[in-house]
Amino acid sequence: MEPLRILDPSGRLVGEPPVDAAEVRRLFEAMVTARTYDRKSSALQRQGRLATYAPFEGQEAAQIGATAALRRDDWLVATYRDAAAMWMQGYTFEALFLGRMGDERGGSPPAGVGVLPPSITVGAHMIHAVGLAWGERLLGGDRIAMTFFGDGATSEGDFHEAMNFAGVFRIGTVFVCQNNGWAISMSRDRQTASATIAQKADAYGFPGVLVDGNDLLAMLAAARAAVERARAGKGPTLIEALTYRIGPHTTTDDPGRYRDEADVAEWSERDPLLRVRRYLQAAGEWSEDRERAVEEAAAAGIEEAVVRAEGLAPFGPGAAFDRMYARPTGALEEQRRLLLEGEAGQ
Amino acid sequence: MSEMNMAQALNDALAVALEADPRVVLIGEDVGTTGGVFRVTDGLQQRFGDERVIDTPVAESGIVGAAFGMAIAGMRPVAEIQFLGFSYPAYDQVVSHVGRIRNRSNHRFSAPMVIRIPFGGGIGAAEHHSEASEAMYAHTPGIKVVAPATPATAKGLLLAAIEDADPVVFLEPIRVYRAIKEEVPEGHYLTPIGRAEVVREGADATIVAYGAMVRDALKAADALAADSVAVEVVDLRTLSPIDAATVVASAVKTGRVVAVSEGHRTAGIASEIVAIVQEKALYSLLAPVARVTGWDTVVPLKRTEQHHIPSVGRIVAAVRRTLED
Repeated sequence: MEPLRILDPSGRLVGEPPVDAAEVRRLFEAMVTARTYDRKSSALQRQGRLATYAPFEGQEAAQIGATAALRRDDWLVATYRDAAAMWMQGYTFEALFLGRMGDERGGSPPAGVGVLPPSITVGAHMIHAVGLAWGERLLGGDRIAMTFFGDGATSEGDFHEAMNFAGVFRIGTVFVCQNNGWAISMSRDRQTASATIAQKADAYGFPGVLVDGNDLLAMLAAARAAVERARAGKGPTLIEALTYRIGPHTTTDDPGRYRDEADVAEWSERDPLLRVRRYLQAAGEWSEDRERAVEEAAAAGIEEAVVRAEGLAPFGPGAAFDRMYARPTGALEEQRRLLLEGEAGQ
Repeated sequence: MSEMNMAQALNDALAVALEADPRVVLIGEDVGTTGGVFRVTDGLQQRFGDERVIDTPVAESGIVGAAFGMAIAGMRPVAEIQFLGFSYPAYDQVVSHVGRIRNRSNHRFSAPMVIRIPFGGGIGAAEHHSEASEAMYAHTPGIKVVAPATPATAKGLLLAAIEDADPVVFLEPIRVYRAIKEEVPEGHYLTPIGRAEVVREGADATIVAYGAMVRDALKAADALAADSVAVEVVDLRTLSPIDAATVVASAVKTGRVVAVSEGHRTAGIASEIVAIVQEKALYSLLAPVARVTGWDTVVPLKRTEQHHIPSVGRIVAAVRRTLED
């Protein structure tokens, strides 16, 4: 099974582009911004200003290409490695930073943004996307849901339950597996014996598409088709994006213990940004000045988000009790009082 | 008013909710065509259609996880798991996601949903079918846990659970489903969550119980009344959050408390009652607080189940022990 490809690694079109060069440039700028955020986050983690961080460098095309197909009000349910996708769908950098700084306000996107807080447990969230799209259908709307997960998540039982429910009830769900080759230290062939993850969709009765996940245009084309299908009530699609995480699983992981650095070099040559830059250069839509300007604007905006997140006064000690229910229960009110009396030294 | 058993009262509550609010859907395995293994949803799919009463594949995590997504989207799903012992695959969804979404999203998202689960033994069912592990759910932050003892309470509590802004695990005592009938009010009414009820007044000792054990507590009170011991019986109704005020008021009044639970002894609901009473009513106590519980064993099968579930005799003996001090 050959993966869908529209832009080859040298930046040449080998298929029909789903958008014009100007739109490609806009998406390229989003990729540049996302990478700026990703590198900034890793740097902040090293400075002790963020907790453990899961970098996504190398996966920008998969996340941005897929989410570019969504309508603004569609639902997105993603993981800790999908900050680029979440940001594309309206989550703010400030909220993303807050989450990694250990502040629950990081779980709140702006009002009207249908992006759930990132799922930390592996796999359980895929069925939530099915429920969201199902709920929308029952409410009479046409909002659909997209969910991101890694190749490791396909080993979890919930992958089956989510795919099975979506297939049985033809729920408008777009499953995007970013197969980045590794589930922490375990390679893709330790997750499944099937030749591709995409082919698993066949067993659930809906299409699975294998896509070059480092090809922005192929990801967008595949996701558009899946989103249109979902919105038309024709059911789910599984997209397997073949990609690679250039960095570690998280900032606490040392990939040198389990993978060959020659692979990293090889995948770096297939960098999704490099590929689009080559295409834009050939199309006369790129200049070094312009990319630098985008990088600088992104860096400034991201720095502002860091300042805002770090400047936000932490919640007081009793706030956790307010967040559990619409109104705190009597038991929680009492426990809050006990905590606060302790604070007062009683 | 009409006379109903608990299964009928629950069915009536679901019909009232489905009729009143188009956002309410029932979702679970066998809830539609067959009307559920205990027939609690009998006739509802025929009446409301298969988009409101949804038969799913056998997949507990999927049922609860999908209902969770629906709830966030704006629906009011009522998920059914067939037995408490089958809910463990879904427990990950409850503890990892359902109970946490409001906290994790700082109120941006919430999951107003109900998970109905039959619990407890006493009908000689197969392995996994008689579990009383309700403490697991009561120990889980972000959800509420209720367990009615009678048909009328069951209906009002279920309507309250469906209308609650937060997720509720609704435990239905299997042994009570068809065991008793009582007058159940017509139409819509609410039995408040978080409120215990003194179901029998007495001055000499208090029995705190819930679910199927309330009937046995009342039988124990009858037996003791023959010896002129006046026992007060508190039906807890909500296991999380527990109505400590009602329990404590009764403890202060009688000075003797027996906590009864079919659940396992260690870290159970009865242990929580003991802790609450000793924290808040120690100086009113005339005797140590006693526990009558299931044991820390796998629930035995039919032939020896009666040794596990607190019997009327064990409850009576525990009350007598408190009276000896």
